[in-house]
Amino acid sequence: MTAAGDRRVVITGIGVIAPGGVGVKDFWQLLTDGRTATRRISFFDPSPFRSQVAAEVDFDPELHGLRPQEIRRMDRAAQFAVVTARQAVRDSGLEFDALDPLRTGVTIGSAVGATMGLDQEYRTVSDGGRLDLVDHRYAVPHLYNYLVPSSFAAEVAWAVGAEGPVSVVSTGCTSGLDAVGYAAEVIREGTADVMVAGATDAPISPITVACFDAIKATTPRNDDPEHASRPFDASRNGFVLGEGAAVFVLEELSVARARGATIYAEVAGYATRSNAFHMTGLRPDGREMAEAIRVALAEARLDPEDIDYVNAHGSGTKQNDRHETAAFKRSLGEHAWRVPVSSIKSMIGHSLGAIGSIEIAASVLAMTHHVVPPTANLHNPDPECDLDYVPLVARDWRTDAVLSVGSGFGGFQSAMVLARPDRDRR
Amino acid sequence: MTARAVVTGLGIVASNGIGRDAYWAATLAGRSGIGRITRFDPTPYPARLAGEVSGFAAEELLPSRLLPQTDRMTRFALVGADWAFADAGIRPQELPEFDMGVATASHAGGFEFGQNELKALWSRGGQYVSAYQSFAWFYAVNSGQISIRNGMRGPSSVVVSDQAGGLDAVAQARRQIRKGIPLMVAGAMDSSICPWGWVAQLACGRISVSEAPDRAYLPFDAEACGYVPGEGGALLIIEEADHARRREAPQVYGEIAGYAATFDPRPGSGRDSGLRRAIEQALRDAEIPPDGIDVVFADAAATPELDQVEATAITGVFGPGGVPVTAPKTMTGRLYSGAAPLDLAAALLSIRDGIIPPTTHVRLADRYEIDLVRNAPRTAPVRAALVLARGYGGFNSAMVVRAPT
Repeated sequence: MTAAGDRRVVITGIGVIAPGGVGVKDFWQLLTDGRTATRRISFFDPSPFRSQVAAEVDFDPELHGLRPQEIRRMDRAAQFAVVTARQAVRDSGLEFDALDPLRTGVTIGSAVGATMGLDQEYRTVSDGGRLDLVDHRYAVPHLYNYLVPSSFAAEVAWAVGAEGPVSVVSTGCTSGLDAVGYAAEVIREGTADVMVAGATDAPISPITVACFDAIKATTPRNDDPEHASRPFDASRNGFVLGEGAAVFVLEELSVARARGATIYAEVAGYATRSNAFHMTGLRPDGREMAEAIRVALAEARLDPEDIDYVNAHGSGTKQNDRHETAAFKRSLGEHAWRVPVSSIKSMIGHSLGAIGSIEIAASVLAMTHHVVPPTANLHNPDPECDLDYVPLVARDWRTDAVLSVGSGFGGFQSAMVLARPDRDRR
Repeated sequence: MTARAVVTGLGIVASNGIGRDAYWAATLAGRSGIGRITRFDPTPYPARLAGEVSGFAAEELLPSRLLPQTDRMTRFALVGADWAFADAGIRPQELPEFDMGVATASHAGGFEFGQNELKALWSRGGQYVSAYQSFAWFYAVNSGQISIRNGMRGPSSVVVSDQAGGLDAVAQARRQIRKGIPLMVAGAMDSSICPWGWVAQLACGRISVSEAPDRAYLPFDAEACGYVPGEGGALLIIEEADHARRREAPQVYGEIAGYAATFDPRPGSGRDSGLRRAIEQALRDAEIPPDGIDVVFADAAATPELDQVEATAITGVFGPGGVPVTAPKTMTGRLYSGAAPLDLAAALLSIRDGIIPPTTHVRLADRYEIDLVRNAPRTAPVRAALVLARGYGGFNSAMVVRAPT
């Protein structure tokens, strides 16, 4: 076994469920076509709400191998997590029966847990909001699994047979980066050799739409849902709610090499910092995100110039896109103007805790294919957003190291560097 | 040389005592905080007892602007962090901003806040949902709010592993200390004693329906019939040992010496729980042999099957009656992710005072071969303690704390 301190962590399997594409192939096709998967909300009648647009996944759980009893007991977000975990394991070529379950763990990120299930069940037990003393006799038997989202990690652990460290990481909209960062650290410190890690969220429910309406965080561009997510564009006016999941198989590098695994990328550096400023507001200078980027680069032993592509948070709110543009300039210097930066939220919306992992998947696929996905709907950049955001069309681009960032409510700012394990390091 | 993580401050909120000294005095005296629920009318529900915190005056302890945007558990967390800093003799605004982070666990987020906004949505309409709903209920809120209140710009995180999460959060803080962050606030506060939270908790099928406060939560008793939920928890100041020494911290309660987390095999596999493995790994991590542990703070689930698993795991590692075992949570109820950090605080106070707090009202069933500290505290030198926590679904966490060196 490689001693702690020398242990490096690589991604050897990917599973993705995203709006417009279940599975890696469809997902990547959508992104490189520059198509959008945003539409008028179909899960419920959105007409009472300010924002009526979302990026929904067309998902049939039975088609993806879930049994009726599993479908009944799992919230949609848990279903996404289990299906993508199985995809990732299949993709990795690992024989899970041959694995040491005690050295295998699970980390699942989720910002809002079983929001959809809770919203529905509340409606039932409260008789449509009429009862203060909600009626337990109408509660579904698995309601506790909705109450506590660690049930998502438990479901994945059962699906893959993991008996090492298992948990959910829930840091709002950076959960998807933080869960993978957490899992990588567990391997690095020597506690586990394999981690099944990623993130899921399925928040498209009336309570979520209402809570973002209340602070005007989501876009009211209801007359043009296909072009509603407009990161970095001068006309942007809020994010588009999304859903989905991405889960990875992470392995210690020497173990992965020994079994001849396909290695997508190394989780080379990761850091998170807090802005300690406001639960939903951002300071325009991007200082804390810049610090997270600086620490992640140092951990990866790479210079800013080594980064070939930046996968932006790019949510499409006025404040976010300026904040992170400032953070890139502060951390990458002159290189910020040279490196392509793009936001896939322009195509698949913002799936809260899940998106960080979905963006890791996009970053890794950019390295695999040497193609950078575009920022859709970007016609007239905000003058304060003056970087190369790869507007509209994917770009063939030599990509050996990627920076992916996230920013979320609570002030969390996270950065991850993904790179080829055989790169030159400082 | 790996950096050592020590505990220098404690902030406690529990039903039998608010604040470190009140909690510890009540716990040593065997005073329980369990009673009939007062925060709503529990009559329609099969379970009616809880460990409610009464007399917590948030409006006196926090600025008024924070009240409309915070769930009860977040108020506990903000005040608990304030108290932990004060106990550690730290004014956070005087430390470098990137040198401090927060690691909390959550169980159900700000569930009462969420309940009220769901009611607004479904009874009145979306436009009545609070502007604070987008963050006040979510699992990350306590880490976010603590970091904002105290200007902490270092790494912050949030874990959810049901009732084992509190130890996982403290372990995450230790990871950050080892990566070079000098100071972390870590632990958990939870509260979901509201009708919607109550109904969701009842669904787990493990909650005691006894109406007698002294017979409702009886781990390791032949009459064990489930647990009583409580609210509150503990937040700890975790510091790199040299940092604490250099600044001449008023006290070092002890060191976070060992930790492990495991997950049980799939239900129906017929294989043993991972709890024993968690204990063994945590001891190995601490480099302490079983006979170096002077007390075990049990998870104490109080269902016959889960008590048997825990007693077997403890006996398997320490031998029959091989180590004193206690469950002061019999006086507070189970605080979900707040429970294990509170047990860590109790373990550190046991180390400080050389006294083990009792388990109350339990008559030990013959089938458990454990040395349960019952009814009265036991005076004994405590150099190292083991804290156990389990979560619904199969989560097992174990942590070793030892006396400062």
